[in-house]
Amino acid sequence: MSAKLVQGYEVVIGFETHAQLSTQSKIFSRAPTAFGAEPNTQACAVDLALPGTLPVMNQGAVERAIALGLAVGAHVAERSVFARKNYFYPDLPKGYQISQFEIPVVQGGAVEFYLGDEKKTVRLVRAHLEEDAGKSLHEDFIGQSGIDLNRAGTPLLEIVTEPDIRSSEEAVAYAKELHKIVTWIGICDGNMQEGSFRCDANVSVRKPGQPLGTRREIKNLNSFKFMQQAIDFEVRWQIDQIEDGHAIQQATVLFDPDTGETRAMRTKEDAADYRYFPDPDLPPLVIGRDWVERVKSQMSELPRVMAARFVSDYGLPDYDATTLTQSKAMAAYFEAVAQACQQPKLASNWLMGEVSRRLNAGEGSIEACPVSAAQLAALLSRIADGTISNNAGKQVFDALWKGEGEVDALIEAKGLKQMNDSHALEKIIDEVLAANADNVAQYKAGKEKAFNALVGQVMKASKGKANPQQVNEALKAKLAG
Amino acid sequence: MSLNASEIQRIANLARLELTPDQSERMLTQINSFFEIVEQMRAVDTSGIEPLAHPVAVMQDIALRLRDDIASEPNQREANQQSAPAIERGLFLVPKVIE
Amino acid sequence: MTALHDLSVAALAAELRAKRVSAVETAQHFLARAAHHTALLGAPAEGASNGAFVALNEEATLAQARAADARLAAGTAGRLEGVPIAHKDIFVTRDFPTTAGSKMLRNYRSPFDATVVARLASEGMVTLGKLNCDEFAMGSGNENSAWSAVRNPWDASRIPGGSSGGSAAAVAARLTPAATGTDTGGSIRQPASFCGITGIKPTYGRASRYGMIAYASSLDQAGPMARSAEDCALLLSALCGPDPDRDSTSLDVPAEDFSRDLQRPIQGLRIGIPAEFFGEGLAADVRGPIEAALQALVDQGAVRVPLHLPRTELAIPVYYILAPAEASSNLSRFDGVKFGHRTPNPADLIDMYKKTRAEGFGDEVKRRIMIGTYVLSHGYYDAYYLQAQKIRRMIASDFQQAFTQCDVIAGPVTPTVAWKIGEKSDDPVANYLADIFTLPASLAGLPGLSLPCGLGAGGMPVGLQLIGNYLNEARLLNVAHQYQTATDWHTRQPGATA
Repeated sequence: MSAKLVQGYEVVIGFETHAQLSTQSKIFSRAPTAFGAEPNTQACAVDLALPGTLPVMNQGAVERAIALGLAVGAHVAERSVFARKNYFYPDLPKGYQISQFEIPVVQGGAVEFYLGDEKKTVRLVRAHLEEDAGKSLHEDFIGQSGIDLNRAGTPLLEIVTEPDIRSSEEAVAYAKELHKIVTWIGICDGNMQEGSFRCDANVSVRKPGQPLGTRREIKNLNSFKFMQQAIDFEVRWQIDQIEDGHAIQQATVLFDPDTGETRAMRTKEDAADYRYFPDPDLPPLVIGRDWVERVKSQMSELPRVMAARFVSDYGLPDYDATTLTQSKAMAAYFEAVAQACQQPKLASNWLMGEVSRRLNAGEGSIEACPVSAAQLAALLSRIADGTISNNAGKQVFDALWKGEGEVDALIEAKGLKQMNDSHALEKIIDEVLAANADNVAQYKAGKEKAFNALVGQVMKASKGKANPQQVNEALKAKLAG
Repeated sequence: MSLNASEIQRIANLARLELTPDQSERMLTQINSFFEIVEQMRAVDTSGIEPLAHPVAVMQDIALRLRDDIASEPNQREANQQSAPAIERGLFLVPKVIE
Repeated sequence: MTALHDLSVAALAAELRAKRVSAVETAQHFLARAAHHTALLGAPAEGASNGAFVALNEEATLAQARAADARLAAGTAGRLEGVPIAHKDIFVTRDFPTTAGSKMLRNYRSPFDATVVARLASEGMVTLGKLNCDEFAMGSGNENSAWSAVRNPWDASRIPGGSSGGSAAAVAARLTPAATGTDTGGSIRQPASFCGITGIKPTYGRASRYGMIAYASSLDQAGPMARSAEDCALLLSALCGPDPDRDSTSLDVPAEDFSRDLQRPIQGLRIGIPAEFFGEGLAADVRGPIEAALQALVDQGAVRVPLHLPRTELAIPVYYILAPAEASSNLSRFDGVKFGHRTPNPADLIDMYKKTRAEGFGDEVKRRIMIGTYVLSHGYYDAYYLQAQKIRRMIASDFQQAFTQCDVIAGPVTPTVAWKIGEKSDDPVANYLADIFTLPASLAGLPGLSLPCGLGAGGMPVGLQLIGNYLNEARLLNVAHQYQTATDWHTRQPGATA
């Protein structure tokens, strides 16, 4: 991996991402997982760890873990084990978190993505199933915190990478790619504001060739923007420390968006000894190969595979294919248009150009596009068969966007049809030639520029409806005659 | 092997138990006398033996039972919080959590 | 007719079905009897009538009894309709507070009933109240209860055994015809033995653990305690069965009629006699009755098969590593946040945790939390926890080896009869060592039964232990019942309770 250095230091980053799985019920209880309910109204006896309660595993969570394993080309373990991670914290009702330790459900795999036009591969160590904790609210409880356990027991997949990432840009690109994968295969809603997709970055720096430096873990990076800021700050901070002769202490830090700085957390420091042991309440999780096959057969085409198909089936350039497979909806929209109008490259140009421009302006996504794929296809067909020019097409698109009608009607109403009637054209040409004798003279004298001027005059006189091709040919003929 | 006073303190802290000095003292003696009977266990040769976490695994292959992903637990906040030490607006109150 | 409290569960159920007595009359009789014997089993705890019962709720009991009478009248009665039962205070109950014998749960109210409690109720049983036990089921003398000590009805100066001490004492004193207990390392079999009653711990996973406050999850099992094997069979049939929605460790084996083989003769039965159960440590006054009992079984056609369980002694350290390890984690939920005791005015969060748990837990619970935390802590896990789990497998394999030679294994439940209250209370290790004969079956997850087979020193009851292979409860109950048809030890009653 080509490491770009910061002040002579190599940046080394590993990621731990907590993806909330999009199940109806909790991982070990039948309480709902919906976000934003009244405090503790979605925390049942099991989630509250009331005496006598026991965990019962949710099949939907396992299925989603299998799907991720398949999506990142990992090994889905035939047998994995749930373990207890013991520590005291008010948002952890049992005093331990049920997680996976020695034998996780997803083993290995990799995430591939483009950083600019450079292809990157980040290897995964593992992805394991575990339960989320509740939330501590610090506002307005004089000297106290309020504990809401609605989130406790929400299924999480913790996805852990090797320390393969070498810059904050690459870190963000990785996170975006992983985000794309989990939302694409539908195991996570990807809502970062609501904490459905939370990243922890383990950051360290070293002089090239040196062993790994001591890392500090930046917790809960829940926006791509903060992710880059936090890592950049942390890297500078660590380099400054080292340059000033201080050793880096391993620590867990939080990023403060207001100050743009990271600071070490004060809690959980003494909880380093988690006393993991296999949870006696849960026998081993056994996943038959037939189940893995079933999940595979139900999985939709992955973005990387689809992009390759766009290149081979539609003859699109890599860049187009990658861009169009950023979201499932965009890819589907493209395919609908391309197949309807049989003009894949034209469709690609319009989607990446006019359509994206409009959507970005309105912060809308393709799902919200007021112009249907069928409408766009109809429009592109008219451009392709020469009925209207590309520029005229933009006027029609604008009208379609505003919902003013259907393609052909709009072309008529706006009189955008290109002039294909040769008599009318000849008439115009005659008039133009008559009115511009000097240009004609100059052309005959061998001045090419004069010809272009005449073409311009004809187009002008036809109010842009003449087909430039035809005009050229007709003019040449006349002037030759 | 035997523990010392500082280990007792470390473990008591991990277990979130406050021990008075004399309690720690007694605890130390009792735990150490217990670990005397543990010695014979440590001497046993267990090479090649697989740990047994679930007893009936001796009788049959055991696999985790999975339930369908259905949310069916109704809101029972009141009943669930009836024995809670401190509640405000449905939240469990605790001394300030400092991050 | 004989007094209601002298009737067996089977007989009482018949009386109720025949409407010769109503469920309400029956309940009132037992509530009055519990009140009458106030001091008998020790000083009452708050809201209780004696040392055995820690919680009563006459209203709830009578309401259940009236419902039972209604079902009897309507002909929709369950198999045990109207028969009273009392539950070890380790089972959570809606109608009664649940404390697990701990200050930590003083006045705790569960929003749901334990599965075992619900199953017995669905057969029509009426709950008399909750029974005293060692705190979180940790102990062998019921001296670790945060409430009062329970006295042995055969000798008030002695312990009833533990941890299901209140259950054993209440059944022996005929304050209830039946009780539930739980057995992690012997907590049903040992008190049954000390109080001269019959109790069975089924195969691990037979009974749901949902609503049974966890001590050591991979060992805890619920079971019935009554006066005879016949009664235990009825109760066990009612309380066992899969609980797929609530307990991932409950077995996928359908509920059985454990009474089906009771009458089967034991001609040719191969009884394995492990030499390790009859060594130095076995007191003479226990050895005598055990040998006599084995002879009685031989007289009925059984054959003795001498064999070895070479790792019997290792069961003690293995159990006292594994059980505390699981307990240290299971008891972390008692932190003063969601339920139970919280220290007044803590300085901060950590202080709240430490003081709450220091005030809420008793000494034995603290000791086991400390041992468990230590053996799981960094650098010690392999040497203790993992090593113990490996030997646990060896112990289980030894039993499988033994069962190739015999049908059941028989021996003493305990090395001695019940000891004096306070005699071992400041020597925890001495208590641990006394569990030697019950721990091996617990670690292997095998069913074990204790039945009265004589009297030892001081006229104290001695119990015979029967251990069966996995799911062989019906065979154990068959052997016990055949013994009880030929002998009358199970009908003996402590003098003071007449």
